[in-house]
Amino acid sequence: MRTDRESMEYDVVVVGAGPAGLTAAIRLKQRAAEAGREINVCLIEKGSEVGAHILSGAVIEPRVLNELLPQWREMGAPLLTEAKEDRLLLLTETGERKLPTPPQMHNEGNYIVSLGKVCRWLGEQAEALGVEIYPGFAAAEVLYDEDGSVKGVATGDMGIGKDGSQTGNYQPGMELHAKQTIFAEGCRGSLSKELFKKFNLRDGVDPQTYGIGIKELWEVPPEKHQPGLIIHTVGWPLPTDTYGGSFLYHLEDNMVAVGFVVGLDYKNPWLSPYEEFQRYKTHPAIRKHLEGGRRISYGARALSEGGFQSLPKLTFPGGLLVGDTAGFLNVPKIKGTHMAMQSAMVAADAVFDLLSVDSSSEKPQNEATAYPERLKKTWLWKELHSVRNIRPAFKWGLWGGMAYGAIDTFLFRGRAPWTMRHHNDHDQLLDKNKAPRIHYPKPDGVLTFDRLSSVFLSSTNHEENQRCHLQLKSPEVAMTVNFARYGSPETRYCPAGVYEIVGEEAGAPKLQINAQNCLHCKTCDIKDPTQNINWVVPEGGGGPNYSTM
Amino acid sequence: MKVLVPVKRVVDYNVKVRVKADETDVDLANVKMSMNPFDEIAVEEAVRLKEKGIVSEVVAVSCGPAACQDTLRSAMAMGADRGILVESDGELQPLAVAKLLKAVCEKEGPSLLICGKQAIDDDSNQTGQMLAALMDWPQATFASKVELAADKVTVTREIDGGLETLAMALPAVVTTDLRLNEPRYATLPNIMKAKKKPLDTIAADTLGVDIAPRLKTIKVSEPPKRAGGVKVADVADLLNKLRNEAKVI
Ligand SMILES: Cc1cc2nc3c(=O)[nH]c(=O)nc-3n(C[C@H](O)[C@H](O)[C@H](O)COP(=O)(O)OP(=O)(O)OC[C@H]3O[C@@H](n4cnc5c(N)ncnc54)[C@H](O)[C@@H]3O)c2cc1C
Ligand SMILES: Cc1cc2nc3c(=O)[nH]c(=O)nc-3n(C[C@H](O)[C@H](O)[C@H](O)COP(=O)(O)OP(=O)(O)OC[C@H]3O[C@@H](n4cnc5c(N)ncnc54)[C@H](O)[C@@H]3O)c2cc1C
Ligand code: SF4
Repeated sequence: MRTDRESMEYDVVVVGAGPAGLTAAIRLKQRAAEAGREINVCLIEKGSEVGAHILSGAVIEPRVLNELLPQWREMGAPLLTEAKEDRLLLLTETGERKLPTPPQMHNEGNYIVSLGKVCRWLGEQAEALGVEIYPGFAAAEVLYDEDGSVKGVATGDMGIGKDGSQTGNYQPGMELHAKQTIFAEGCRGSLSKELFKKFNLRDGVDPQTYGIGIKELWEVPPEKHQPGLIIHTVGWPLPTDTYGGSFLYHLEDNMVAVGFVVGLDYKNPWLSPYEEFQRYKTHPAIRKHLEGGRRISYGARALSEGGFQSLPKLTFPGGLLVGDTAGFLNVPKIKGTHMAMQSAMVAADAVFDLLSVDSSSEKPQNEATAYPERLKKTWLWKELHSVRNIRPAFKWGLWGGMAYGAIDTFLFRGRAPWTMRHHNDHDQLLDKNKAPRIHYPKPDGVLTFDRLSSVFLSSTNHEENQRCHLQLKSPEVAMTVNFARYGSPETRYCPAGVYEIVGEEAGAPKLQINAQNCLHCKTCDIKDPTQNINWVVPEGGGGPNYSTM
Repeated sequence: MKVLVPVKRVVDYNVKVRVKADETDVDLANVKMSMNPFDEIAVEEAVRLKEKGIVSEVVAVSCGPAACQDTLRSAMAMGADRGILVESDGELQPLAVAKLLKAVCEKEGPSLLICGKQAIDDDSNQTGQMLAALMDWPQATFASKVELAADKVTVTREIDGGLETLAMALPAVVTTDLRLNEPRYATLPNIMKAKKKPLDTIAADTLGVDIAPRLKTIKVSEPPKRAGGVKVADVADLLNKLRNEAKVI
């Protein structure tokens, strides 16, 4: 028990200002206003401001927004570009073939947005309703009551140097106590990871599986700009045994979002998702959209792909999980925003109802069990269930996966009488000698770039003098296992070049961690073969400063 | 003793700004804004003077749109006692800001005004000097050390070849350099408390000063692309290249 921290009491504390956290906060305030009650809600966000750590595609379904803030158009929400045309392409090295777009990928009524912008806007709405939002503060620790229930979170200490000693700027973190704490950390939340263990939330469910999404934002010449155009590709440059594909969306203001997703169950340790993405942009079907334009932003983020089979238990005494940290994402649709918001709506309602129960009349209840019960009755549950077999079928490669996807969708309509299982992403890598090496082309500096000039465009920054937030459980394993057996795959899958092997020429190879460049994508925490890398929150405010990703 | 600290809302120093396609300005839409770093140093200095017991009140002032309230809250979270927003939505150039600050000084009557030596967005390095001239107060710019007594302030400045120390009678203007201090973090408890500190808004057009821009921006363009670097073999090679290729020595 620490006694040096100040504390503050709230009814509800929300961790993370993504679509899930913001929706929960807004809904709570709305319910309180309707009921004429006071409820104080505090939301903390590790990014330097709301939206700074948000990276998505994104084509979003507005269905939950319609319900949450029906007047969003009049209120100036940045959903400006209606989806117009959907194309799904199969790429070969030089060719392209148009494939029929499966029903999940139809986008009528959807909007192409910058999710970062949408979150900024939702943040303004939340503040206007009285939610206290504190960006620049990461939840570093879960706090527990004597009875073991969650009592809130604590923000990290500031001003602890590299060596662990206090610098002149030391400031202890703060404790935020709440009747209910809503964890909305997005994919692979660092505190959620602890909660899974503490409350055995993953017992009896499949492991979560993930993908890494790397994205660039381009400003293209007006004559090339086709607002509303949506292109997805499969195939080249990935080998057919690796799950992945690309998205290319034409937004407003001559902006094109282009990104590449690789399933983190890939097997070849020599594969670099970053280089695959760069190479993909050189395909004639893609480069024609970007040529003559300029790249203005870069970033990366993992996404959950396990779906239905991988959903954990959602509640525990004192709190619950919403959004992508719980794994609400529809993979064939490549959409998670509508599910993140839906789970948060239902959770907020359940929390509000729980807090409204007169605590003197009944045995006080501190687990919002109504949340999963009610969520199971909404469209979200059905939707996730119906697509549950599509992603795992790609264990049979691209052709097998697509063929199965078609059968499952058209023949069984998602009601196949079986459910395919998932495996952990981190135990999928082959030994480096058993996998073919991949030789990637050098960047041209016009269409393709090296990693460091990319990271520059993410405006990433961390206070230099702080403890490394990428913790190795055993420093030796980085060499004895990662290097010796797998050829240090972290030097390739990290989209920011954080991991580097230095001193190889001198015969003394060593892992160097450039933590300052970290984009908070969480890939290393997911893919490290022995789970030796533990991602923890750095000092608040550190990380990327995305403006419209 | 009262200290006034002007704080400017500027594009955050981590942001890589980008010129708009029409070359009229840099694109500030959806870009992170924060307090000018030199103004953080000014706030820190004022708060330290208060903590030493020399100063009794620190007042932060910001001129600009309503969003500048965030900047004032940051100053209050660092320790300023209250904030004044001089609200104006149009472009404010240094002379206009100096005039607005003059009006605020006349109302508030501070003994000392500490501001940043320059703002990192336009790098003008003019506001403090212009204000001192308008108020007819002494000024010491680029301070790296400030010692305040009841009736005078002693300021050390870094100049070519050494340190210069100036003593001025109060009231006076001091502008801060990078090495004056290292600003503290605004802690979460202090940010929460800052929400409750008083913040007054004055409409700029009620102050009776002409704030119309005097300078016109003709064009904003990106710096030329930097050519790739080369590795030099040894010092002789470096000297040769500096002398004959770069022609800088
Ligand atoms: C490349 C890519 C493309 C995608 N495309 C689409 C698409 O086209 N359509 C669609 O609907 N969905 C898409 N998604 C999915 C969608 O982005 C997510 O489902 C959605 O963002 C999840 O929302 P969330 O609020 O749960 O989490 P997030 O959006 O990840 O937000 C979590 C927030 O919590 C903060 N946080 C995390 N931990 C802490 C902590 N400990 N303390 C304080 N703050 C913390 C984070 O900084 C972040 O701001 C895509 C995802 C990716 C990666
Ligand atoms: C808000 C603000 C405003 C400023 N305004 C001005 C101004 O107007 N005028 C002015 O003259 N100064 C200004 N400065 C100061 C100036 O930015 C710094 O003093 C200067 O950049 C320091 O340069 P440096 O090369 O010593 O270090 P850095 O800036 O830390 O490094 C510069 C480069 O060297 C690289 N580098 C650093 N260490 C290594 C290494 N070990 N190996 C290889 N590469 C390395 C970095 O990656 C970087 O690319 C300002 C600073 C701040 C914070
Ligand atoms: S260090 Fe880990 S979390 Fe950070 S950018 Fe690299 S892979 Fe992503």
